[in-house]
Order: sequence, then C-alpha cells, then structure tokens
Amino acid sequence: MTLFDTLYVAPPALTAQAPILAIAGPLIGACAAALSPGGRSGWVISVITAAFALWMSLAVACEVSRQGVLLYVIGGFQPPLGIALRIDALGSAMALLVSTMGLIGAVYSGHALVSEIRAETHTLFQSGYLLCLAGFLGLVSTGDAFNAFVFLEVSSIGTYALVAAGEQRDRRALPAAFNYLIMGTIGATFYVIGIGFLYGATGTLNMADMAAHLSILGDNTAVQAGFAFVVTGLAIKAAIFPLHGWLPGAYAGAPSLVSVFLAATATKTAIYLIARFTFDVFPDASTFGQAFLHVVLAPLAAVSVIVCSVQAIFEKEVRRMLALSSVAQVGFIMLGLSLANAAGASAAMFYIFAHALMKAALFMALGALAISVRARTLDEFAGVAREAPWTAAAIGVGAASLAGLPLTMGFIAKWKLVEAALQGGVIWMVAVFAAGSALTLIYAWRMVEALFFSAPVPGARRAREAPVGVLVPLWVLVALSIWFGLNASLPETLANSAAAVLFGTAR
Amino acid sequence: MTGDLLILLALGVPLFSAILTYAVGRMSDVRETMTIVACIALSIVTISMLVRVSAGTPPTMTLARPIAGLDIAFKLEPLGALFAVMASVLWGVNSLFSIGYMRGRREANQTRFYTCFAVAMVGVMGVAMAANLFTLFIFYEVLTFSTYPLVTHKGDAAAQRAGRIYLGTLVGASVLLFLPGIIAVAVLAGSTTFTPGGLLAGKIDGGVASAILLLLTFGAAKAALMPLHGWLPSAMVAPAPVSALLHAVAVVKAGVFTVLKVSTYVFGPELISTLPAANWILWIAAATIVIASLVALTKDDLKARLAWSTVSQLAYVTSAAMLPWASGLVAGGLYMLFHAVAKITLFMCAGAIYVATGANRVSEMGGLGRRMPIVFTCFMIASVSVIGLPPMAGMWSKFLLVTAAFGSNEWLTATAMIISSLLTVVYLMPVALRALFPAQSDAVPRDFVRPGGTPRVALAAIMITAAACVVLFMLADPIANFLEPIRTVSFVEGAP
Repeated sequence: MTLFDTLYVAPPALTAQAPILAIAGPLIGACAAALSPGGRSGWVISVITAAFALWMSLAVACEVSRQGVLLYVIGGFQPPLGIALRIDALGSAMALLVSTMGLIGAVYSGHALVSEIRAETHTLFQSGYLLCLAGFLGLVSTGDAFNAFVFLEVSSIGTYALVAAGEQRDRRALPAAFNYLIMGTIGATFYVIGIGFLYGATGTLNMADMAAHLSILGDNTAVQAGFAFVVTGLAIKAAIFPLHGWLPGAYAGAPSLVSVFLAATATKTAIYLIARFTFDVFPDASTFGQAFLHVVLAPLAAVSVIVCSVQAIFEKEVRRMLALSSVAQVGFIMLGLSLANAAGASAAMFYIFAHALMKAALFMALGALAISVRARTLDEFAGVAREAPWTAAAIGVGAASLAGLPLTMGFIAKWKLVEAALQGGVIWMVAVFAAGSALTLIYAWRMVEALFFSAPVPGARRAREAPVGVLVPLWVLVALSIWFGLNASLPETLANSAAAVLFGTAR
Repeated sequence: MTGDLLILLALGVPLFSAILTYAVGRMSDVRETMTIVACIALSIVTISMLVRVSAGTPPTMTLARPIAGLDIAFKLEPLGALFAVMASVLWGVNSLFSIGYMRGRREANQTRFYTCFAVAMVGVMGVAMAANLFTLFIFYEVLTFSTYPLVTHKGDAAAQRAGRIYLGTLVGASVLLFLPGIIAVAVLAGSTTFTPGGLLAGKIDGGVASAILLLLTFGAAKAALMPLHGWLPSAMVAPAPVSALLHAVAVVKAGVFTVLKVSTYVFGPELISTLPAANWILWIAAATIVIASLVALTKDDLKARLAWSTVSQLAYVTSAAMLPWASGLVAGGLYMLFHAVAKITLFMCAGAIYVATGANRVSEMGGLGRRMPIVFTCFMIASVSVIGLPPMAGMWSKFLLVTAAFGSNEWLTATAMIISSLLTVVYLMPVALRALFPAQSDAVPRDFVRPGGTPRVALAAIMITAAACVVLFMLADPIANFLEPIRTVSFVEGAP
C-alpha cells in the first residue's frame, strides 16, 4: 500500500484526533445545517462537512496503512470498559468509501434537492443526511459492539427521514419509509438482543475483547443464539434475501440523492458488520460459524442473485429495477464472503467498491434525467440519449460496469469473484456468477436499448442535459469506474489489506 | 519501439476515423473520403505488421494492466497478421461498396453507419493483435456491440428483433461460456497469454481440458457452430454492406479466428489431439457443414442462402482447428482468408442486384445476367471459389483441408466436407447460371429501379474482390509458407 504509506494529508496533531473528528464533524455539521437560514447555506454546510469527513478519513487511512491498527480511546477511559474507536485496514477502507460517496452525494444534492423536496425542509434534509453520514462513519470505526448499535441507529434514523422526504415526488415514499422503519427497527432490535447474549456469555462489549473471550470459551448455546440474532438483524439491514423486502420501495421512493448515497453505503456498512462479526469476533474455526456460511448464507445469496436479477428484468420502473439489482449484487458480495478465505473476502471488498461507484452513478444519472423527463418507467425514458448525451453516456458506462463488461471496474470485480470461487474449488458458485452476470446483462441492456436505440414516446417531455453541478460528480464516479477497470491497483490494495485483517494473509 | 507505434496506429487509425466521421457528420463527401483514407492508412499499417512478422520481429505492446496477470497486451503472430491484413483491405473494398450502396439506396443514418463500421474495425484489430485471451475477449465484445447498430440499421420491429437475437446469442455465449473458460484458463495456467505449442499443454489432463475446450469453442458464438448459429441468418435484415462485413470480414471471421487461436496457442496441437472433446466438436462441425448446406438449398432469398452457406463454411474452419496434430491449422488459416474474399464478393453482388433492381429472391433473377453481366460474372467467379474449383483461391484451402482430414483419419469430417462441396454446387451455381443463361420459360427481367443500375463504385469493389479470388490462387503457396510457423508440434510432425 505504497500510496497511502507515503501520504501525509494532515498535521500530526490533527491526525491524532482524526478518527473522532471524522464522526464528530458530520454530527456538528448536522446541527449547523438544521439551524442554517436557508437551503443554499444548508447545502454549503453539507458540502464542507462532507469534505472535512473525507479529509479526516483519508488521514485515518494513511495512518492505518502505516501503523496497521489505529486505536482511539474516547474520553480517556481505557477499553474494555471504555469505548474505543478501533480502525484497521477494513474499517478505514469502508470509511474512505463512505466519506467519498458522502461528498459526491453532498455536491449532487445542490441540484437534486431543489426539484425533489419542498423548500422549507431543505435544511432539515441536509441535517438528516449528515447525521446519516456520521452514523455510517461511526459504524465502521468503532471497536465496541454496543457502540456499533448506537451508530447503526443514528444512521438509520437519518435514513428513515431521508426516504420519507421523497413524498413530494412520489407519495409511495411514505409507506416505503414506514416499511423500512419497521423492518430496520426489527433488525436493530435483533442485533441488540444478540449483543445481549454475547455480553452475557463474555462479559464485555469491546469487539476485540469479545473475540479473545470467545476463542477461549468456544461454542455454547448462548453464544450461538447471540451470533444468530446479530447476523439476522444485520442481514435485514444488508438486505440479504429474503429479508430485502424493504429495499426496493425505499430506494425507488426516496429522493434520488438518498438512493445515490444509500445504494453506495447503507447495505455495505451492514455487510461490513456481518463480516466483522463472522470472521473477526466469532471464532473462525467454529462449526457453527462454518455451517452458517455454507448452509445459510451461500445458498441464500445464490438464490438472491438469480431471483432478484430475474425480478429486475421484468421490472418496469427503472429505480425499482436498480434497487432489485442492488439486492442481487449484495448476493454476489455475500457469495464472495461465504468462501471464508482471503481471496473471497478481497473479491467481496472489491465488489463493494465497484458496486458503490456504478450504482451511485446510475441512480444519480437517472435522478437527473427524471427531473426533466418526470419519468418512472423505462419506456418513458426512451430515446433521451439524443437530448442528454452526457447523462445517457454515464448511464451506459454504469450499465456496462454493472453487467461486468471488460474495461470497467465491474469486470475486474466479477473476475476476482470467479477466480476466488475457482481457487476455492466451489464450481457451482461459478455457475451462479455466470448466470447472474448474464441476467444482469439483460436488464442492463434494456436500459441502454431504451435510452439509446428506442424512438421517444410521442408527446413525452423532452429531456434536458443535467446541469454542471450534477455532471461533475456523475462523471467523477464514471471516470473512477473506468479508471479502476484499467488500473485496479488502488482498490485492489485496499481490498487485499482489508481481507488481510480478517484472514491474516491476502494472496 | 516502432512495434508499439504500429500497434497503436492499428487501433488508433480506425478509432480516430470513427471520431472524425462522427464529427463531420452531414458533410457526406468529406465523411466518405475520410473513411477511404482511413482504410488505406490502416491497410498500410497492417501490411507493415505482416512484413515485421515474417521478418521475425513481431510488434508487441502492453497497453494496461488492470490487475496482476490480466494484461491488455498485443503481440502479432502469423495468423493474426494475416487476419489484420485481410480485414483492413476488405474494409477498404467494402467501404467503396458501401458508398455506392448507401447512396444508391438513399439510406438514413449514414453517419452512424460509417462510425460504427470504423469502431468495429477497432474491435477486429484488437482481436487480431491480442496477445492473450483477456485482450481478445475485450475486443471481441467491442466488435459485438459496435455491430449491433449496424444490424438494426433499419430500425423497424424486425430489425430490433434480429438485433436482440444477435446480441443475446453473442453476448450470452461469451458471458456464460467464453468468460468462465478464460477464467478457468487463468486460474489453471496462471495467465491467459497465447503461447506457441499451447499454454495449457502439460498443465491439465483430459477431463478439465475437454470442458474448457467446449466452453471456449462454443463461447465464441461468432463462429456460428450449431446450435449457436441462429443469430447469423437472422442478422440478414441488415443492409448488404453490413452483411458483407458480418459474413466475410469482421464478425464471423473473428469467431473462427478465436477458435483457431484457442486451438493453436491455448491448447496446442498435442493436447488437442488427446482430447475427446475435440472429436465431439469435429462431429458437431461435420453435422453443421452438411445441415447448413441443406438448409441453404431451401432458401429462395439470396442473402439467406448465402448466410446459411456461411454457417456451413465456418464449420470447415472450426473443423480445421480441431484436427489432430495441427495438420489442419494452415489450411484453416487459408480457408478463413479465401472464404472471406469469395463471400464478400457474393454479398456485394447480392447488394448490387438489390440496389439496381430491388430483387432479393433467386427466383426473380432469371435472365438478369443480360442486364448486369459484370455483377453476375463476379458472382460466378466467387461461387466457383466457394465450391473449391480451380482456378480460384478457394480450391487450395479446401484441397488442403480435405487432405488433412483424410490424413488424420477423420473420415466423417472429410466426407461431410465433400458432400457439402457438392451441395454448394447445387445451391450457388444456379444463381449465376440462370441469370446469365436464362431458360426459355423465365420471365423477362424487371427494369432497374435505380436509373443506371449498380453504382460504379460498388461495381469496382466487386470486381476487385472477384479478381482477388483468381490472384490469390497464385499466391496460395507464399501465404501457406507464411502461416507455417503456427504448426509448432514438438514431435510426430505430420503423423497420420
């Protein structure tokens, strides 16, 4: 990881406080945004705060790359009693992803909010957005299992409100948000019940300490019950089939900014926690954990890849299609994780990056188009490439990456997954990947065909090219998707060192 | 580092031409002049590469390395150099024909047509020069996607449907079969680089190798081996110059070229001759050869007849790649070239007839030869070449291939080839014969729908390739010698 090793982005005094600042910054920004006089100033606060969070995350990532693990003791109370932020390569990679997407989303929000959300709620919306960002950053930074629950709830509360804010554009956002609220709360409750069991068994909430205790304690029913609750709760948040019911509605109904940000981060942070618990906290060698991976997780993920891809093919509404595709892609990621080795985890991590970039780009471009076309279904988008070539081209690249065509990041991601599966000798998984890719190709192609090759519906509203404020963040995402398809060394080193945290060695 | 420059030029010239073509758009004269200039420039580049290859200093280059072991790299070898020259020269001829055809028919969206054509050439050049399976795959897909707008050029429902079949079959096969095959090769061999003598040779045994061979051969659905041939006849909705490109220059030849490369450089002759899967493919190819010829007999639509003929002829090349002991490889390379020249002539003739008279059915063409003697004479020459009679180039490749099939005791393949040749006589010869020497009962041919008949440029293009069929008859030996290095068998050379 030579790049981050040699990079010093902040003065040492600031770097020392960077872990907490990355979380505190957005929290303070959230308050400031709520109090700010108008939508415009709220947007400025949002962008500045997100940029600050990215800066701090980058400082943390550099420091982690040099030191391995960064331990930040909050308030001077030493762990295991006190709460500590414990950031390793896995956490810092996730934090980098979250804060990058946070900044891109914040920039995009300047344009998107004006046309999608009632003016008087703009400041509150920005506040919720930053709260959500703070929650996700805290979630991937913390070394304390209960603290993770707190951050999970902080982000979730932000998310519920953000999804509901889509009601002006689409009234169905309200039931979707309510559905999400119920499901999300059940998930969080399961998680906290599980933590209760584990606390009862080990007497600690600190993850590292818990892992140490568990490795001595071995399996017992309480631990197994705790583990099952934790993972099931998180599986709801991560939208693992068949617990994904909340996701399509929420992503389709939410304001486009929220879809952009959540698609890239929300399920991913939950997957991060699952990986953290399964491989780090819970002892690797236990038969229960192995059984969970091979008997529960892998088959469910495989089913989700196939079923949700097929659903996406037949879905008429574009954003629901993309949301279903997200569930299928989560399946891909979980299949990689279920291999339970460094190659699989590295591939899954890489896939997380790739999917975040391409799905965010797709939601962003479609959101920008939908503002002028006011369309929901694919047919209504027919032929917009003529009026908005740059936006449409971005969708084209995003679709190509989603389908895993070569020269895009999505291809490298799929390649790494299949390679990992072959190395692990799991041939059926290769078949699932191939079938899933082919199905993905079909719905990705439907999008491209509608946009580029179909004649516009007579009487449809004319599309307009997205403004610069959208095109810049959009093409940053697209350019990254292409660049990492040509030279994947940066995300690959991040993914490899993240996998090394879980399994000791990357290949 | 001139090698690098040549490779960059081979990719850059068509790419740049595509951009320029798109940019000048409506100014049709400028646009078409530019296309022709690009064709000539590209031909010069590819011929220089061919010279470099025969001099023993093939150009090489690594463009990018996304992750370790997955390079986008180029390295010329005889087969690829020949393919590149063939494609670039025929692109030029085909462009001449396109100009005549598209103007003659007053087709819409001509800028898109020329742009996509140029992008397709980028794909062809990439396929021809690829140094490994991964690079080949990338450009194979570029070729697929860039020809989609050409297939659906008309834009009506039938064209859209044909486009879906086209894309669905080609991309589906490449994602479901070809890509897993590549990844398996990468995992088993540690790289995907084309290696003389075979990348996988000595690394894996029969069962796995057979599976991979099947994946890679059927994954290259552009080779139209049954049962993945359906896209080809359905793609006939495209305008004639596109059919000429698809069926002679770019798409199908990229398919059989891929099969030849896989056989030569991924498996190597030694491994191939031990694999049961190679035998199965030979049987399937033999079946394809005969069945497609039989279907061609039943088609009255000239382009459909030619398309089925192509399906049959492509299976010849696939057979060549699967014959044991590399006996068929040189013949396969020659077959690829000679069939391309003959088939592009046939398609251009079909297009020329269509522009001039609006006729596309064989039954409507009786006596037309009186009105269009040049076109039908060229059609006759190309037919004879496809059948494989002297003094046409097609004779050599068929002769060598059938000899190789007999030599390696593949009686079934050899028999299929001979039967199919006879069938070719039955379905191709009557077209020209009835036109040139009509029966008494034939109706008087229609008048030209376009005043002046076939445009001059189109006529010139047809005459060039028809002449090439004869000229290449003389040049078969040097070309075969040039291809000789691909038969790198370490022992039992030429064993029965």
